[in-house]
Amino acid sequence: MSVAASLIATTMNASTPLLLAALGILVAERSGVLNLGVEGIMLMAAIVAYIGAVESGSFAVGFLAAILIGIAFALFFAIFAVGLRANQQASGLGVAIFGAGLSAYIGIPYQGAVLPERGPDGIMFLDKIPFIGEAFFSQHWIVYLSLLMIPAVWFFLYKTRAGLVVRAVGESPFSANALGYDVPLIRCCALAFSGACIGLSGAYLSLIYTPLWVEGMVAGRGWIALALVTFGTWRPFRVFLGAYLFGGMTMLQMNLQSMGISIPTQFISMAPYLATIIVLALISRNPRWIRLNMPASLGKPFIPH
Amino acid sequence: MNFPIAIYNRERPNRFLAAVSPILAVILTLALGGAIFAMVGKEPLYSLYVFCVEPLLTLRGWGELGVKMTPLILCALGLVVCYRANIWNIGAEGQLIIGALCGGYVALQASPDQSGLFMIWVILASIVGGALYASITAWLRDKCNANEILVSLMLVYVAELLLSWAVQSPLRDPQGLGFPQSPMFETAATLPIMIPGTRMHWGGGLVVISLFLIWLIMSKMFIGFQVRVAGLAPKASSYAGFSNRAMIYFALLLSGALAGLAGVIEVCGPIGQLTPKISPGYGFAAIIVAFVARLKPVGTVPAAFVMALFYLGGELAQSRLGTPAALTGVFQGLLLFCIMVCDSMIFCRFRWVGFGNWKKEAA
Repeated sequence: MSVAASLIATTMNASTPLLLAALGILVAERSGVLNLGVEGIMLMAAIVAYIGAVESGSFAVGFLAAILIGIAFALFFAIFAVGLRANQQASGLGVAIFGAGLSAYIGIPYQGAVLPERGPDGIMFLDKIPFIGEAFFSQHWIVYLSLLMIPAVWFFLYKTRAGLVVRAVGESPFSANALGYDVPLIRCCALAFSGACIGLSGAYLSLIYTPLWVEGMVAGRGWIALALVTFGTWRPFRVFLGAYLFGGMTMLQMNLQSMGISIPTQFISMAPYLATIIVLALISRNPRWIRLNMPASLGKPFIPH
Repeated sequence: MNFPIAIYNRERPNRFLAAVSPILAVILTLALGGAIFAMVGKEPLYSLYVFCVEPLLTLRGWGELGVKMTPLILCALGLVVCYRANIWNIGAEGQLIIGALCGGYVALQASPDQSGLFMIWVILASIVGGALYASITAWLRDKCNANEILVSLMLVYVAELLLSWAVQSPLRDPQGLGFPQSPMFETAATLPIMIPGTRMHWGGGLVVISLFLIWLIMSKMFIGFQVRVAGLAPKASSYAGFSNRAMIYFALLLSGALAGLAGVIEVCGPIGQLTPKISPGYGFAAIIVAFVARLKPVGTVPAAFVMALFYLGGELAQSRLGTPAALTGVFQGLLLFCIMVCDSMIFCRFRWVGFGNWKKEAA
């Protein structure tokens, strides 16, 4: 495999979990719910997918289990943030802490468990094309699903009636309520979709990307995905650019390590976190830019009068 | 079909529930915890006894409880101030690590015949280190309007990596057989034991002082009043001419200083050297402590008591019942959810309306 092709392939591989999670978060935030529990949900999905795949011997079962646990945890968050109208920040932090604890708890017997054999990746025939095949078409099908989801989410939000309702709920829940839309129900649906995406992203990490279960293996990717949605100013294509930029950086990080450059590994590992901070600061510098794009009711509980 | 439970806003908060809700939440957590024990096939009542009562049967156990409560209270006190000001600092863990690193660096400079006053420099270094680290978050929030939740959390990972590098390269013990850890600190740079026969050290005294200071600031001083107004009614606060920027720096620097202090107490107290892992998530657990304390400084003491007990119970249950230590995290997370359910009842009333309501609406 040529170097350039492998660089592109690794970038796609590293970007996919970020992209999947960020697209899910995007839809939920468009409905006005800030779910800070992403990291915990991803950890739960990662371990549940791993258990599912190890116990059943089938990757499909693992992915399905992860999607279901993602939805379950997102709805669990919805009980607090939407149902009980609790503080969204606190509820989300609760899910993050609880998910980290519970995933560590149920994951102990599965440390070092062996995953079943996985069939060959890549798209049939296309991956035989020299260079292009190696670079773009040799990935697991989830990668292509995540790419297809970008236009799908865009189409849903901007071209369908349901998408318009979701955006309306996020901008002004009181107006949407006055028009007769069930704000809590719509927010729950948006959260369920986001839970499914986050679940798939967690499953990709533990089944395809790593593929291994280690306690706390998500390593902040859930938080980075949250930041990516802000970078992308709540637009699907910009979120995609952000996710691939970060994925590319992870790839560079790995290559720097293998090239034997004498920077301590810890400083190389810091790169994604520092980059998140720097990009966040640069993007947020213009408050009007953020305010124009941010869903107006983001993070505010809806309390009908 | 409709949702079977209807939620109504109360005209005024329920005083009785407001008073008992933390107790209710602890009872609910223990009930759910018992259910978890039953699910994994352990006798629930005996397991809860091992988890919550047995750690407290000996003086040594109480000492351990104090050792765990110390960093929890210190971090939570800072978070209480932040959350009161509506500033969501969740990076206490990182500020704790940097405090420990700065304090630990100074502690390693001590010579064997140093006087006990040297400890003052160690503590000062940790406070300044933690506050400076938190000031990155404050500065970015102030200058660039960057979300403090994400920035402070990203800085936790950076701090962990910095510590890991420090104990592996510049501060590593040359006689440590290659283990990534610093030499043991000299006696002058450690906290003396307060209660003989236990590991409880004089960090407890620092907790009492900090508790008093934060209580004084929040309920008796003008700056505390400003913090409360800024959190409750930001518009009123700016109309009154209170500086929002000053509030960001004040809350975050104070919180960072306290977390840094907690860090140095950990390394100069029970640990005695710098290691790659100095905190079992105290900074994150302190978030729960702050909420269970209802964002009141004095409330952090009983809240930290319960959370510290979960740490000890988790360790004991590991040896007695064979459950993994990660159970602590599950209990701590459950407690946060229970307090949120119980707190929501203060402002809302729930009524069972059944599933069949749609018929009436249709008619």
